[in-house]
Formats: sequence, C-alpha cells, structure tokens
Amino acid sequence: MAELMEIRWHARGGQGAKTASLLLAEAAAMDGKYSQGFPDYGPERMGAPMRGFTRISEEPIRVHCAIYTPAIVVVLDDTLLTAVDVAAGTPDDGIIVINTLKSAADVRGEMDLKGRRIYTVDATGIAIDEIGRPIPNAPMLGALLKVSGLLSLDTVIAQIKKKFSHGFRPEVVEGNVRAIHRAHEEVRGE
Amino acid sequence: MSRRLILTGNDAAAEAMRQIDPDVVAAFPITPQTELMHKFAEHVADGEVKAELVLVESEHSAMSATVGAAAAGARSMTATSANGLALMWEIVYIAASYRLPIVMPVVNRALSGPINIHCDHSDTMGCRDTGWIQLYSENAQEVYDNILQAIRIAESPEVLLPVMVTFDGFIISHTAEVLEALEDDIVTKWVGEYDPKYTLLDTDNPMTFGPLDLQDYYFEHKRQQMEAMREAPAAVKKIGKLYGEISGRQYELIERYQLDDAEFVVVALGSTCGTAKVVIDELRAQGKKVGLLKIRCFRPFPETEIAEAIKNAKAIAVLDRSVSFGAPGGPVHKEIKAALFGTGSTAGLVNYVYGLGGRDISMDHIKQTFADLETIADSGTPTDSLRFLGLRE
Repeated sequence: MAELMEIRWHARGGQGAKTASLLLAEAAAMDGKYSQGFPDYGPERMGAPMRGFTRISEEPIRVHCAIYTPAIVVVLDDTLLTAVDVAAGTPDDGIIVINTLKSAADVRGEMDLKGRRIYTVDATGIAIDEIGRPIPNAPMLGALLKVSGLLSLDTVIAQIKKKFSHGFRPEVVEGNVRAIHRAHEEVRGE
Repeated sequence: MSRRLILTGNDAAAEAMRQIDPDVVAAFPITPQTELMHKFAEHVADGEVKAELVLVESEHSAMSATVGAAAAGARSMTATSANGLALMWEIVYIAASYRLPIVMPVVNRALSGPINIHCDHSDTMGCRDTGWIQLYSENAQEVYDNILQAIRIAESPEVLLPVMVTFDGFIISHTAEVLEALEDDIVTKWVGEYDPKYTLLDTDNPMTFGPLDLQDYYFEHKRQQMEAMREAPAAVKKIGKLYGEISGRQYELIERYQLDDAEFVVVALGSTCGTAKVVIDELRAQGKKVGLLKIRCFRPFPETEIAEAIKNAKAIAVLDRSVSFGAPGGPVHKEIKAALFGTGSTAGLVNYVYGLGGRDISMDHIKQTFADLETIADSGTPTDSLRFLGLRE
C-alpha cells in the first residue's frame, strides 16, 4: 500500500456514503492500520450531492484537510457524473468505481475521460435484490475492495456486522453482507 | 495497557467523560457538539456511569446547573459550541469567578451570523478573558488526553479554575480516527475521588458563593483570580508530565515541532497543526528550515516559553481562525506580537486569518505561507501584515 491512501466518495444525501466512508476507516483500524473517515457536511438534504472521505495508512495520520488528490474515487450515483467533477485531482492511474447500469467504456465516453481505471457495478440493483432498499453503500464497498485490494473482504464484513448489529434486524445485516459479496463478484472494468 | 480505538472527536470526548464519570453533567444540544452528549447520554442510559445527567432548556441553564452542582461540591461537566457558548457567557464568567473546577469540552464552531455550523475559533476566542483555562486539541487523541488532564488541572488546589478543552468542529468532532485510550481503572485512579475543599453543603464550614461584593473587596477577589491563573502554567506542565507516565504521551503548554533551528515559523492552534506538520516534513526534506509552534494552552498564555521558542526566527506567520474586529490582528497574533516585545526579535511578523466558517485549509495553503515567509525574511515585515488564507475574493 502507498504511504497514505486517500479515497473520495461522491453520493447523494441518503445513499449511505457517510456510513461507508467511516466504515471503511473503522475496518482499516480493526486491521491494525491508521485511518480517518469523515463526510463533507453541507446542508444535509436528502438527494443533494455530498462527499465523504477515507484515509488509510500504515503510519499515524496527521493531516486534517479535505482530500484533493484521491487515488480512488467511489461514485454512488451515476447522475453525479455530469453534475460534479468526480475525477478532479485523481492521478492518471487512479481508480474510479461507479454505481451504474452502464459499462465502464460507455461511462468513459460520457465523461470524456482519458487515463484512470474505470469500473462499474449495478450496486442499486444489487441493494434492491439483497437488502430490499436502494441503498448502494454496502455493495459499493464490495466493489471497491475488489478493484483496490485495500483491505480483505472479511475485515470489512466483520466491521459491518459489528456496526449494523446494533440498529438493524439480522436479515438486514445478512442482506448487506450478501450485497457486498455480489458486488465484489459483479464489478467490471473495461 | 491501552486500548486502540477508532472514534470521532465527539465520541473520544464522551469516552473520556464515561471514564471520568462526573457527578453531574448538564446537557443541551448544539451542532457540532450534539453527538458528544448523545454518546454520553447513551452511557447514562446503559447504566455505565453513575452521573446525574440534567437535560436543561438552554445553554445558559446548562452552565447555571453546572455552576450550582460544582458549588455544591459535585464534579461537574457540560459541553457546547458557538452560539451555545455565547448564550452561556454570563455564567461562564461567573464559573471562573467562583473558582469552580468545571471541565467543559467546547467543539469550535463559527458564531452567527450568517448562520454557519462549521469550524472556526470565534466562539472560544470570544471567551478568552473569562478566566477559564483553555486547552486546544489537534486531534481525537488530544481531545481524549486533554479532557482527562483538565480534571486534574482544574481541581489542583493552587488553581481551582474551570477548563475549556476545545476541538475543531467537524474537522475533529465528526472525523473518525485512531487513538489510544487508557483502561477504566487507570482513569479512575488518575482522576481520583473528588474531595472539594470549599462546598455549599459543608455545614461544618459554612460559606457563601457569589455574594454582593462592591467597592470593598471585588478588586481583591479579581486580583486573587489573576494569581490562580498565574499558578496554572506550572500545574498544566506538572499534570502533563504525570499524564505522560501513565499514557506514554507527555504534554506541555506548547509543542515545538522542528523549531530548534527553524528560520521560518508558523504559529497555529488545533487541527491545522497536524496538516502543518506534514507540510513541514516535506519542506524539511527539501532542506528548508521550517517549523511549527503549536499553542496547546492559550489561557493562560505561556508568553515566556513562546518568546523563547521563536525569538530567533527570521519570519513568523501567525494563523488566526477568528477575527478580532477593529484590532490590528487576530487574537493569537496580538499575543505573539506582545510576547516578542523586548526579546530583541527582528523577525518579520505576519498574520493570516483563515478557515472562517469551516473554509478548508489545505497543505498548499500552508506551503504558500512558508513561501511568503521566505520573501518576508528578505524584505522585512510587510505593510500588509494582516492577510488571508483561502479567501475567495
């Protein structure tokens, strides 16, 4: 892993990006790493564009500003692709994982983007199937882990079980776990 | 033994409060502090603490309840932010004047208006002359550590003053990060059984708090309060050292980061210090003699130590996350300028107001500041010594 891995989440309010950005950080910490997870608090309206941030490192993390040059970007809603510059600051070999029905090649054409590694997965469809609600955060974690190898799937699933077991029924937790596995399998690159 | 946790700054503060288990806690919600008291209220509801949680109807009442409880001899805490602190201001001043060792986390947030929920230091800087000790925290670890130390500082017999432990709203309060927490029994022993010397309920030694005190003795009481503040730095240092013995993390009034041979110095408080340290490491790798003076204890202001730490710098940038309207510079800048008076320092001194209302301060901003300092060192203190970082106009 690079000295400091920075991940930026783009979503709409209500899609669970805050939870995902913190959950990934918590899982990294459980794995013995140092991490930060924080959302970019705006007016907190359901459906409004929002961002979340995760940092992971083998060393203590001292920086406390927003993430401007993320190695990885996760997009939870493909209508943001034309509304927000989701690729801003990503390096040429950066990873962009998008929740969409479209193929990575189609998205690249739409975004008019050169370089970067683009991956897509139908996380909303998976969430509806497995959880019964169109909340794509858990499957997007599965897709992110597959394409980045940041952490093991088991580490993140253990953290999800721990975090969700307080507020959710067991079948919801299990649905989230199945959704993670499916997105991990179904995410596709170009 | 310590416990490795990942917590937001708010949860780290609530964890420290759970372990302290104060006698009385008064709570009123205000963003971004709200989640701190949510978490503490959970500990109360789950029976993990014995604290009496008083849900009050305003911050003015929160501080009033805390003052009443503290005067009755209870170890008392509350927490707030921004406009909440502004509303309790009258009683904040009274808490210090009664010499009540209250500890209050303050999650820094901009004051209205216009309304803004994000971080700046205008709330606690507005309280800098209320007679409270103020400890600023860089990260969640320091939030936790400072709250545990604040109890001992406040209750030191030679001090007996309330302590504000501040941390940056959202930037720290809502960021989950890794910290080391102490075991419960270690903290229980560290804070000890509270044994107040002066209480309203001690009927063998009846006393009064806050009586009418006119031309005859008010002046003397204020002078004694000043003396308590003068005793505070030694207590802060002593307790910072003792805390190092149980935690491995020692604290002082200020932190000198790469300061020994630094020619170009940034002075800051709070979370910005972490970002500055990363920039300093980068610039040091390029051979630049840059450093950071982090002020942990802003009240009392450790003037002599600060002057000693930066008097040989060629140029100094003071970063203020608040405004002192009508003054020649921000609150931190004025103190630094005064501290350097008479030291023979010939440093170029410049003040940057930054981050108001949560405007992000990036590594590039701090790099730019150090680049400016090199220019200033060559040409002397500039005429535009009050500048802005990250202003969009």
